[in-house]
Amino acid sequence: MSEVMDLPGDDEEYASGVVKKFMFVNRKAPHGSIYALEVLEMVLISAAFDQDVHLAFIDDGMYQIVKGQDPTGINQKNFSKTFRALDGYDIEKLYVEREGMEERGLTEDDFLVDVEVISQAEMAELMNGMDVVLSA
Amino acid sequence: MKFGILVNEGPYNHQAVDSAYQFAKAAIAKGHTVSRVFFYYDGVHNANKLLEAPQDERQIGKLWAEMAKEHGVDLVVCVAAGLRRGLKEETLAEGFRISGLGQLIEVGIQADRMMTFGD
Repeated sequence: MSEVMDLPGDDEEYASGVVKKFMFVNRKAPHGSIYALEVLEMVLISAAFDQDVHLAFIDDGMYQIVKGQDPTGINQKNFSKTFRALDGYDIEKLYVEREGMEERGLTEDDFLVDVEVISQAEMAELMNGMDVVLSA
Repeated sequence: MKFGILVNEGPYNHQAVDSAYQFAKAAIAKGHTVSRVFFYYDGVHNANKLLEAPQDERQIGKLWAEMAKEHGVDLVVCVAAGLRRGLKEETLAEGFRISGLGQLIEVGIQADRMMTFGD
C-alpha cells in the first residue's frame, strides 16, 4: 500500500507508556475536499504511538470505505485501499453509524473493511468514553 | 489544566483560528497551560509570514507569535500539510516551527484536553 500513501515505519516509535483512547471521526466524503485524506494521515501517524485507536464513520464519511472506488477521472488518488492496511498497524476498531448507513442505502457488505455497525446512541456513548476525539 | 489545540482552518476566511486564539488567551488568563497549538489542513496558512491584513485589522500570525513568546506556547505547523500548500521554512512566520503529525498525537497524549477549532 506504500505506493498509495506513506505508512509509518519503525523509526517513528514513541515510547511514553501512556495509552489513550483516540477516536478519529470521519464525517466527510472521500473526495470534494482534502479532509478525508488528511485525517487518514493522522490515523497512520497515530499507529506509531501505540495508542488505542478508534475510527468512526458517520454522515458522508462512510463513503470513504465504500468498495469499488475509482477517482482517477477527477485526478484524485484512490486512498480507500489504505484503509485495508490499517489492521497491519493494529487499528481494527472501525465503527459505522447505522442510521447514516441506512439513510444512504448502504449495507455492511458495501464496505471494503470489516466494521462494526452501531446506532447513533451507541456511537455517542463510545465517543463519550474517548480521551481524544479528532474529527473532520 | 493542560490544553492542546488543533487549528484546522486558515486565517480570515473562517472564525476558527480566532476562536482558538481567544480560547487559548482565556485559558491562560485563568491559570491553565496551553502547551501546543498544532496547525493542520488549511490551518497551516496562519503561519505564513507574508500575511499582511489591513493595518486596522487583527494580525493573526503576530498575535499567536506574541502568545508563544509570553507564555511558552509551542506553535507547530504540519510539514506535509504545509508542503502541499506552499508553506515551508522560507515562508514561515516567526514564532512557529514546522514538524510532523507526531507532534499532534504527542500533545493529545500529554494534554488533559485536546480542543479542535475548524471543520
